[in-house]
Amino acid sequence: MTITREPATRGPVGGPAGAPPRRRRRAVVDGVAMPGPVERTAKGIILTIACALVILPFVGIVSTSLATPEQVTEAGGFVLLPTGIDLSAYRMIFAGGVVTQALWVSVLVTVVGTAISLALTTTLGWALSRRGAFGVRAMLLLVLVSLLFNPGMIPSYLVVQRLGLLDSLWALIIPTSVSAFNVVVVRAFFVQLPQEIIDSARIDGATEWQLFRRIGLPLSKPVLAVVGLFYGVGYWNAFFSALLYLSDASKWPLQLVLRTYVVDGAQLGSQDLGIDASSLPPQTSLQMAILVVSVVPVLLVYPFLQRHFAKGMLTGAVKG
Amino acid sequence: MTAVEEAGTRHRLRSRDDEGAPSGEEPGAPRPPLPWYRRMFRDRAVLLLALPAMAVVIVFQYLALGGNVIAFQDYQPYLGVGRSLWVGLENFSILFSGDPEFLAALRNTLIITLLQTVLVFPAPIILALLLHSLVSNRVRQWVQSVLYLPHFLSWVIVVAVFQQVLGGAGMINNFLRAHGWQPIDVIGNSDAFYGLITSQVIWKDTGWATILFLAVLAGIDKSLYEASAVDGATRWRQTWHITLPGMRPIIIMLLILKLGDSLSVGFEQLILQQDAVGLGVSQVLDTYVYNQGVVGGYWGVAAAVGLVKGVLGLVLVLVANKVAHMFGEEGVYRA
Repeated sequence: MTITREPATRGPVGGPAGAPPRRRRRAVVDGVAMPGPVERTAKGIILTIACALVILPFVGIVSTSLATPEQVTEAGGFVLLPTGIDLSAYRMIFAGGVVTQALWVSVLVTVVGTAISLALTTTLGWALSRRGAFGVRAMLLLVLVSLLFNPGMIPSYLVVQRLGLLDSLWALIIPTSVSAFNVVVVRAFFVQLPQEIIDSARIDGATEWQLFRRIGLPLSKPVLAVVGLFYGVGYWNAFFSALLYLSDASKWPLQLVLRTYVVDGAQLGSQDLGIDASSLPPQTSLQMAILVVSVVPVLLVYPFLQRHFAKGMLTGAVKG
Repeated sequence: MTAVEEAGTRHRLRSRDDEGAPSGEEPGAPRPPLPWYRRMFRDRAVLLLALPAMAVVIVFQYLALGGNVIAFQDYQPYLGVGRSLWVGLENFSILFSGDPEFLAALRNTLIITLLQTVLVFPAPIILALLLHSLVSNRVRQWVQSVLYLPHFLSWVIVVAVFQQVLGGAGMINNFLRAHGWQPIDVIGNSDAFYGLITSQVIWKDTGWATILFLAVLAGIDKSLYEASAVDGATRWRQTWHITLPGMRPIIIMLLILKLGDSLSVGFEQLILQQDAVGLGVSQVLDTYVYNQGVVGGYWGVAAAVGLVKGVLGLVLVLVANKVAHMFGEEGVYRA
């Protein structure tokens, strides 16, 4: 980066009439003039508003879920800053009713699904990186072409039905377990590993599985972290596959419960919550608590995800 | 399989085929072409590793395509694909018979696609330029982390958040009422629906979409800026003559992909809000397929509409890619 100071080539702007022309000097970084104060302020304001638009709703949601029932009722539903903290909404949704159950389903699907997806994606990515092996070219073509089309909702439904997966949690995992895009990313990473390491290991008698297990996987940790987190977030957020394939409400993941009780505004009774309470916290508090519970896992993995964005995803995608 | 066999017989001509493959033969020595089954056996470990994931891809991507045959059937779930009656193109007549529900779905799809191309598509480009022009890396990274976040939230959460903020008892209306102003009516108001869904898409994905543009911006040759500064270019002229042309390939690529997707607009987003605003404004082709087929039981019609939609989407991508090549652009791929 080179920083120089040179006179701006533009004439004076907004100088008082009659005053001698004032030469404005601006720093130039890498050939780009630094922005003036007006522009910097404007940018600051725009970006602050953009960030506030993302952050403020969550502040409100967390606050409402924690606020005391009196305050929620008084505010007419939404609280930006709670005066007191009341955890009863959380206690109720964790008491073992529909929300607790859905939470377990979501956790199960996310953990099992991510493990399966990672296993399938890395093995296929590794195999496709063995250029010249039998059938690899054809398989790579099949994977790449599948990026271009989507079989459609009804045909996918028929396959799941035919396999007997309807109303099974496997329907949330197996059909989406291999993302062609992620396979391409992982393969791109394996392809650029130094071939010499692999060759010398093979001379030492390593089998294909050992090459994959001892060289491929350990070296690809950053890319696996990103791909795994993307799969995980995908499973956690999956809504449509559950809507399509699960009619048994006891198997619903959190996203469907969220839709029923928060988006559609169905009333959560003490029966749904599996508790024996005469007075419930306001519905709004319960709804916001469910919302918080469904957002928190994403927020927890987000920093890790973020650290790898540039490193893992982009290098893989751009070189792919 | 025939193509693979053929590749096997031409093996000697294409020695590149064998690069990096496990092989016990001396390099350089002339070797007899291995028959395909020998090569298959030789590479069995690689094939075995690929097998489970390839099975998923083949079953859920390629075999699933076969399910489209029910577009030509009067499909009954209890009869299955094998025994349902064949009805030829009857299911496709819905496309041409002027069925009002289908026409509404088509119209809404096109309106939403147009809105998304005009309003949503440029947003990340502008934001990326803004972020790229920030001098402080620390500020930029901080802003990026905040703005990327909504991309990782599900549509259910996004819709719920918008309801909580804009709804009748939401954050904004509470504020307006507290100050004696008229509350706004956005959620469940069909007149405001397109504005609402457009802002939801912008809120959710603008930040994330900048990631590609930022990568491209970072790759533009710095010496171009230096040279143009010496020639007296202002920042606006640098943006116009260096930055934007540098972004052109990626913009064109994304526009082509967008075109291929133009008939599928936010299925999850819309199905979540259909009950609140009614089908009149919120029925699009994807929700039509879902409502006709899975909900209504008209499987054949739903599959027919889905099939036409899918084929059109593929054709649009291929044509747009061709057109981009004709104008000397890279496009999405080169065959």
